[in-house]
Amino acid sequence: MSAAAVLAVVVGAAAAKGELTGDPKAGETIYARCFACHALAYNRTGPKHCGLLGRRAGSVAGFEYSTAMKRANWVWNQQTLDRFLADPLKTVPGTTMGYAGVKDRQERADLIAYIEQAGRSEVCRAR
Amino acid sequence: MSSRMQSPDASLSLASDAPDLETRRSFLGKSGLVLSGAAVALLAGRDVLAKGNRSAGSDVNVLNSALGAELEAIAAYQVGAESGLLQKPVLNLAVTFQGHHKEHADVLAKTIIKLGGQPVSAKEKYTFPVETLKTQSDVLRFAAMLEKGAVSAYLGAVPVFDNRDLAKAAASILGDEAMHWAILRNALGDAPVPAAFMS
Ligand SMILES: [Fe+2]
Repeated sequence: MSAAAVLAVVVGAAAAKGELTGDPKAGETIYARCFACHALAYNRTGPKHCGLLGRRAGSVAGFEYSTAMKRANWVWNQQTLDRFLADPLKTVPGTTMGYAGVKDRQERADLIAYIEQAGRSEVCRAR
Repeated sequence: MSSRMQSPDASLSLASDAPDLETRRSFLGKSGLVLSGAAVALLAGRDVLAKGNRSAGSDVNVLNSALGAELEAIAAYQVGAESGLLQKPVLNLAVTFQGHHKEHADVLAKTIIKLGGQPVSAKEKYTFPVETLKTQSDVLRFAAMLEKGAVSAYLGAVPVFDNRDLAKAAASILGDEAMHWAILRNALGDAPVPAAFMS
């Protein structure tokens, strides 16, 4: 194996751990795909996204989660969100989020970066 | 195949097996609705459960999320129509689109029941960003945002249905939502169809 190939494998492994850099501006456009069910500041068909990063899965007060999501035993961070958004129904079988997922890794990174940035914005700080 | 695709009864011919036809006819007769091809395809989904397919539960989940969003859209158009901000002919558009969402919701709920599930009900109260809706354009922009979201949501639902008739029906609703979005953009003076693909 050449050095370049070794490097490619190493870089690939790093990227697989969700170490892509997300662009929040691009992520804002991707977030429009979520608007049928989600808002930043209030619960809709899906739970609100303010405060998502660092929150326990299935823990927004007043939102009725699926049993599957209530049992999801993790905190939302870049890695867990990346895994969930890639294929929600496969990651949490039984979730009510009946959505195929965001299949492009860069798009997921952008989307997560936007949600993280939005969490520090006026609209989220007001809540 | 291509000749079937051109027929408005395509879903019916795809979905029907002879032994089942009578049941379907009697159900349609009782429902008192004029059902579109998509509606017939949706109702066909119950065959999955009859075969004891466990994946029907997952399909019910997906259908119920769609129903929840449709019910919210109905309420959103109600708020828009009652806001006093919409002038004819835009007001007429809102009422027409709300009617489509009612039809979607109706057929989704019936399908969920047919699959043995429990359809979600409309919430007593929905949160809308009414403080940001001051003009007709604000209302149209908000509605357009929801409609685009609906296109994306149905697009994301199409591949996850285990029953291909349900996937087809979701695609049929997706087409309707895309038209709503384009017409609202047109009413706003935006390019009605800004791209060749939806995501
Ligand atoms: Fe619509």
